[in-house]
Amino acid sequence: MIIEVEGLRRTFRVSEKAGRFRRSHREVVAVQDVSFTVPEGETLGYVGPNGAGKSTTIKMLTGILVPTAGRVRVCGLDPSRQRKKLARRLGVVFGQRTQLWWDLPLLDSFELLRDIYRVGQTQYRERLDECTELLGLAEFLSTPVRQLSLGQRMRGEITAALLHDPRLLVLDEPTIGLDLESKARLRSFLAELNRTKGTTLLLTTHDLDDIEQLCRRLMVIDHGRVLADGELAGLRGSVAAERTLTVDLQEPADLSGIPGVTAIKADGPRVHLEFLPSEVSAAQLITAVAARAEIRDLAVGEASIEEVIRRLYDLRPAPQA
Amino acid sequence: MRAGFRRYSAYRQAALAGVITNSVFGLIRAATLATLFTGATRSSEYTPQQMSTYVWLGQGLLSVVLLWGGWDFAERIRTGHVAVDLYRPWDLQAALLAEEIGRAGYALALRFLPPMIIGLALSEMYLPRDPLIWLLFLISALLSVVISFSLRFMINLAAFWLLDIRGPASMYALVSNLLTGLVLPIWMFPGWAQTAIWATPFPYLLQAPIDVFVEHGSPWRLLGAQLLVTAIVLGAGRLMLRRAEHRLVVQGG
Repeated sequence: MIIEVEGLRRTFRVSEKAGRFRRSHREVVAVQDVSFTVPEGETLGYVGPNGAGKSTTIKMLTGILVPTAGRVRVCGLDPSRQRKKLARRLGVVFGQRTQLWWDLPLLDSFELLRDIYRVGQTQYRERLDECTELLGLAEFLSTPVRQLSLGQRMRGEITAALLHDPRLLVLDEPTIGLDLESKARLRSFLAELNRTKGTTLLLTTHDLDDIEQLCRRLMVIDHGRVLADGELAGLRGSVAAERTLTVDLQEPADLSGIPGVTAIKADGPRVHLEFLPSEVSAAQLITAVAARAEIRDLAVGEASIEEVIRRLYDLRPAPQA
Repeated sequence: MRAGFRRYSAYRQAALAGVITNSVFGLIRAATLATLFTGATRSSEYTPQQMSTYVWLGQGLLSVVLLWGGWDFAERIRTGHVAVDLYRPWDLQAALLAEEIGRAGYALALRFLPPMIIGLALSEMYLPRDPLIWLLFLISALLSVVISFSLRFMINLAAFWLLDIRGPASMYALVSNLLTGLVLPIWMFPGWAQTAIWATPFPYLLQAPIDVFVEHGSPWRLLGAQLLVTAIVLGAGRLMLRRAEHRLVVQGG
């Protein structure tokens, strides 16, 4: 296991004005009782609304925040105690921060990082050449970072995080603010990295396309608790999200009353039927429809990932603050 | 160090503007002190040549030692960018010090030499004859850079607790103007004040390297005291960093 987290908890003390001179302290729980493990080579998406505890978890995983309680092991190390050692095995990309030197050409940042991480000259060359080619860095390697576009900078950030060949790459909102093309490019690069080198990816995001295209596994957190953890397909089933059967009928027909169907929307000869997979399978439903009317064409749609996650949030009533 | 030098050399116009303001300010101070001199009845501890060197050396060292500014790190703490600094496999204090020495090296070439040349051209300056003194001066100036860094490092670190360090920073600027010997040489203060001032780290930022250069007092004693101060402030900064890391609240998402 590259990440082992057990009973992780983090609280913050927030002081508030209470009266003219008194200040009262309030405990705010950012993360409570989070447990999960990540095997080597996994691609894990970590999602949740703002303030759900994602970044707090990431900070504890990278060792820059000390947990209030619980056990964390990353790459076999205790992050907060062995932060420097861990840093050599870990790559971190913060979408809203930069680890590049703002005033210097991109290449200078890479060379400084090579010194900081003590990467051998040949390995450094190899990885830089690889990233330069795959991410198309050549045209702006000598441009000062402050003059790069966000898309170019993010490509630089990813390269910077990979120069020391980490086994685990943690990405905190890596695609935030990027245009569609830049997002697609980044995703395919990361997918490739995972496939060819087996680099474990852990990413937080608000862009669910990132999850859909990159992550085999999804973990949903809200109010500091893990709501769901599993493969996307499994989660879809577990929240019993409706699927949709769309049929084009030869002639209009009455399709009401089929068990398991929760809603019907007719659009001329095209009819959309929403159904619960737990009550009726797609095959059974098609058979039932075919018994009533002649089907010209059909399509079965999945619940969107947004729908799945929204339902996961709904499952759990918000605790009183 | 390389990064420090390169980062600051990226802004040439700012450097030029800095040199000009610095030199003009130096001329004003030289004139003020000259009048003070001719009017003064008390016996002076500096010869006029030493006084001239004191002024121009002070002007030059000002931006090498960095008496004003240098609060970038507090800003990184406030905005949460410090997270990036903290997950690197380096000694943060040492890394920032290395960058600072790089910056000082750049300042030595671009901010120190011009006022010195102007000073030499416009006035008669005291220059030590013994090459050893020049070497000791360089060591003393380096220690000043380290002390200055260490003091500011601690004030910067205060951002972990205070978030906004404008208060302590402006206090520091105010105090350092007076106590480093920038405005007036420390020996011009009354005797009791001199003792008190030399017990603070401030005169070791400017007065000490200047006195080493103009050979005012024993250079060895000055250097020894500077070394002691360096060790104390570096150690204190290290302790404070450890405390900060432990109670760490990295700001922002």
